[in-house]
Amino acid sequence: MSISFRLNGGARKIGVQAGEPLLYALRRLGEVSVRYGCGAEQCGACRVLVDGEPEFACTLAASAVEGGSVETAAGLDTPMRKALLEFNAGQCGYCLPGIVVAAEALFRRQRKPSPAAIRSALEPHLCRCGAHPRILRALAGVADGAEP
Amino acid sequence: MSLPPGLRAFPRLSDWVRIEAPQRVVVCTGKVEIGQGILTALRLIVAEELDVDPERIVTRTAHTGRTPNEGITAGSMSLEISGAALRQAAAWLRRLLLEHAAAELGVASDRLSVEDGAVTAPGINRPLDYWQLPPVPEGFEIRDAIAEKSPNAYRWVGVGRQPRIDLPAKLRGKPAFVQDLPCDLHARVVRPPSLHHRLDALDASVEAPAHLVVNGSFVAVAHPDEYTATRLAERVRSTAKWHASAAAPLTGSLADHMRSNEAAALPLDDGKPTDRPVRRFATAHQATYSRPFLMHGSLGPSAAWALWEGERLLVRSSSQGIELLRGMLAKVLRLDPTQVEVAHSEGSGCYGHNGADDAALDAALVARALPNQAILLQWSRADEHRFEPFGPAMQVDMGASLTDDTVSHWRHDVRGFTHSGRPSPHRPGVDMLAAWLLAEPFEPSPPQPGRAPESGLHRNALPLYQFPNQEVVKRFCTSSPLRTSSLRSLGAHCNVFAIESFMDELAHHAGLAPDEFRQRHLGHDSRALAVLEGAVQLAGGLAGPRGMAIARYKNRQCCAAVVVEVAVNDAAEVRVSHAWIAADAGRVVDRDGLINQLEGGFVQALSWTLFEEVSFDSQGATNTDWNDYPILRFADVPTIETTLLDYPEEQPVGAGEALQGPTSAAVANAIFAATSIRPRHLPFTPANLRQAASSQGSGDPSSSV
Repeated sequence: MSISFRLNGGARKIGVQAGEPLLYALRRLGEVSVRYGCGAEQCGACRVLVDGEPEFACTLAASAVEGGSVETAAGLDTPMRKALLEFNAGQCGYCLPGIVVAAEALFRRQRKPSPAAIRSALEPHLCRCGAHPRILRALAGVADGAEP
Repeated sequence: MSLPPGLRAFPRLSDWVRIEAPQRVVVCTGKVEIGQGILTALRLIVAEELDVDPERIVTRTAHTGRTPNEGITAGSMSLEISGAALRQAAAWLRRLLLEHAAAELGVASDRLSVEDGAVTAPGINRPLDYWQLPPVPEGFEIRDAIAEKSPNAYRWVGVGRQPRIDLPAKLRGKPAFVQDLPCDLHARVVRPPSLHHRLDALDASVEAPAHLVVNGSFVAVAHPDEYTATRLAERVRSTAKWHASAAAPLTGSLADHMRSNEAAALPLDDGKPTDRPVRRFATAHQATYSRPFLMHGSLGPSAAWALWEGERLLVRSSSQGIELLRGMLAKVLRLDPTQVEVAHSEGSGCYGHNGADDAALDAALVARALPNQAILLQWSRADEHRFEPFGPAMQVDMGASLTDDTVSHWRHDVRGFTHSGRPSPHRPGVDMLAAWLLAEPFEPSPPQPGRAPESGLHRNALPLYQFPNQEVVKRFCTSSPLRTSSLRSLGAHCNVFAIESFMDELAHHAGLAPDEFRQRHLGHDSRALAVLEGAVQLAGGLAGPRGMAIARYKNRQCCAAVVVEVAVNDAAEVRVSHAWIAADAGRVVDRDGLINQLEGGFVQALSWTLFEEVSFDSQGATNTDWNDYPILRFADVPTIETTLLDYPEEQPVGAGEALQGPTSAAVANAIFAATSIRPRHLPFTPANLRQAASSQGSGDPSSSV
């Protein structure tokens, strides 16, 4: 079957198999920021925004985004992504695109999320390198600088 | 001043640093980026020495035949080894360029100054830069060491926050990892149920463009479409029939099994394991500490890219040792090493010998079977969790006697399995998983105790402290129920956990504060004392539910101390709320990168300490995902502060493995401070804390805080 959707604002059409997770369809389109980590919604490396909501692309069927909108870290040139870069908030970086997505979803809901809200939003995400402290600092910095 | 070993082995200047148009400096290193930020730090060293903006520097990393062979990227040695070679090479390049510039401008070279590659002399208004000067002769060789730039004049090294060069692409979603390389075929392995199983039959037919590759019990599938390849692997797996060879069962508990499989007891003299008899003496205090098998647990499962073309094999791998891998691929595929080329391509952080080398052989086997097509092979999460080489379980028996509240006698007996499972042509066997499954299989190397100072199991078994009488013994065990190899800090983790926990216990016996008791035994080591005091001062003291620990990695590299504060709730769950770190890594090169390595190392070790334990049965590891091998999550991360002690005149040392042992010990010591329960067996889960409480007769593990 073929599905049509908007990817980071641009119209896309791609053939997918029944039951094929969105992860593989997006990577086939060159969206390599969407990463395979566990295939079971346990690590967050594959997260994308679907119609503004964070979803696990490793389990969500590609067919579910028909007619909808998908946003990935590649398309989220946001203050959060800039802050993560400025704080060198990563080590190997494999987890970071998923974290950019989670941060975007959070900051769209709340302009100035509390440190607890930031932690809570990142809870579905694993980082094995231990870059958590600076990821938290970077995002807290964005919240502090936001207009009330 | 002597020439760095890297330059003695590869003296040609252009192998390391060269000027290239347009306005670029090319830096080559045999070391690889594994998330530790080494390429960023090496770039700063060269930029500083040449007085060229770091942005102009292009770094080329390990690629056989193209970069200097610098061995394995391991042991926190890259900054020290590759950094020293590059600093000296850059000093030479600067000198040669300035000799030319002096001739051009008609002034003495010591009157020249350089600003971002532009050369100027007082009173001369003629623009001249590195890129306009005649090139250094291609074959120029460095034969002796020359003076390097004084650290007093540094403007990038040790200063501020330098941007990591690899993170922009990763955050912007550009291809960055081996998993992102373009390919013709996506490949997946179909592993046996365990390393003890062999293939009986496979009832699967596949049609082009799908491919099935079978060699003995090595089974893989390939397909141009990635999702189809994963489904194909599942279909083939469902039809495969395997038989199990007898696996040796554990003799009793893991602790009993280790004691009964002790193959050698090697007391250390001058840090080296020897064959002399173990010295025996009685001690007044004893305690045993242990850690379980631990997982590297890379977030992205291991992957590799391979292409077989015209009797030549090209492999792109996130291996830490591409030169060794090249030799071993040649051995297994029965090729001449000159037919094999290995280029490093970044993987998800590895933290030691994970599945990267295994995946490289997997991909190479598929590529040979399917020539002229680029193969990208990736493991599944379950493959990674079950088949990566694990960090070995360890057990440490400590003993000591006190006289006048100082240690008079000290015993340290460390017991465990090998930490050396990396594939290497210097070892007798072939230590890559697929090689054992082939129709004509290879045997793994028999485990042998390392005899070099600070290697494997006995890394950091020697204490930081000076004691009048001490005996430290390496007790090497065979018959590991799991395949084991190098995990970040190797034996240092459990040895330091044991030493620093035991020091805390002895301080308690002596009725002295933990820092004061340690200071009594560190009079000979002013830099360690400064680190200890730095951490305690940063924390504002040790009062309350706090614990501290200190170690110097390999007793010669980074010295780091950490203080933590914990809370233990009614459910015996431990939460670390704060951590204060002090570290001496010699000259600070990349200040922010150093802090990142220290804090990241602490957080990962905190995960080991509180949560991690590989579960296994007689067939091998049984954990298949992050639910049955849980690791630390964002909610568990404490507030961390770090202070660096900078010694600009000293050599820089790596710091990524400095805090593994201190972290586990500091948490143990804080749990004791909070609850009066002494946890001696990792991880400090509620079940293990309750066990400790009941065996110590303390009743309830929950704290009053």
